[in-house]
Amino acid sequence: MDSVLNKIEREEMRIDIPEFRAGDLVDVHMRIIEGEKERIQVFRGTVLRKRGSGNNATFTVRKVSGGIGVERIFPIHSPSIEKIEVVSRGKVRQSRIYFLRDLKNKQARLKTRGNR
Amino acid sequence: MSSVGLIGKKIGMTAVFGQNGQRIPCTAIVAGPCQVVQKKQSSTDGYDAVQLGFEPIASRKLTNPVKGHYRRHVDAFYRYLKEFRVSDVQPYEEGQNLAADQFEIGDRIKVTGKSKGRGFTGVMKRWNFTGAPASHGTHKVHRHGGSIGQMSYPARVYKGKKMPGRMGNGKVTQKNLEIVDIRPEDNVILIKGQLPGPKNGILYLRKE
Repeated sequence: MDSVLNKIEREEMRIDIPEFRAGDLVDVHMRIIEGEKERIQVFRGTVLRKRGSGNNATFTVRKVSGGIGVERIFPIHSPSIEKIEVVSRGKVRQSRIYFLRDLKNKQARLKTRGNR
Repeated sequence: MSSVGLIGKKIGMTAVFGQNGQRIPCTAIVAGPCQVVQKKQSSTDGYDAVQLGFEPIASRKLTNPVKGHYRRHVDAFYRYLKEFRVSDVQPYEEGQNLAADQFEIGDRIKVTGKSKGRGFTGVMKRWNFTGAPASHGTHKVHRHGGSIGQMSYPARVYKGKKMPGRMGNGKVTQKNLEIVDIRPEDNVILIKGQLPGPKNGILYLRKE
């Protein structure tokens, strides 16, 4: 009977999401509904972590806006996400790069990995 | 009690995304297909009801009296039988199959099931008592309920006093539940929120 649940979750999942991991710099294009109008807002930042499985998975993106760190958690398979673009790939050794929170400016840079 | 319901089996919880991208927690139920085993009418039985069977099983797993009941009405055997009171039995026929498609997305329904048994529980779990402080000289009474009444008047404990005891394992009906999705190919109904009982527990679904 579990397979029925898996099937429901699979149907809820999106297949158009690119592969990315912690350390990557991404643009998250969010659909925002303001009253009647719908517009796209781009949130650019570094992926701190991915968690969860199935349609329940989320990822955390951190950016520094005006000197203040901002973190947002997005459900990976949310229909509110128009698209996710990987801007550059960061070279990190941990899957959860929380140490980035304690670093500032130049120290908060990550080495890039590969090309694509 | 107007129209008939369905017998279902809880298979677990999941979540789906709503129209505005919000996440809706859902309980998935395999509901039906159920067969009408018997029609009860006020002229013969004193009340109007439809008896449904759910989950076919081998006849050797049933006792002879129950087998006889099934053979008399429909030539099929079911694990579960449940009567639903209806205001009009006319639309239903013995042997008729009922499936999840009798409900619609957005319908408000009520679901009855048997809650998980918790065994003999204390007052903190059963009645949400606060218990006693963890420290500051508290000795061995951290989860006790404290006083249960006054002294020489009334010299007894009031009836209905909340005390430790058996919790759960009782009939629970939840009303005004929203149907989020229906998947006829799997006989699955998704209902917003939690429902009583464990996975594989039997639930009775009725229209509000």
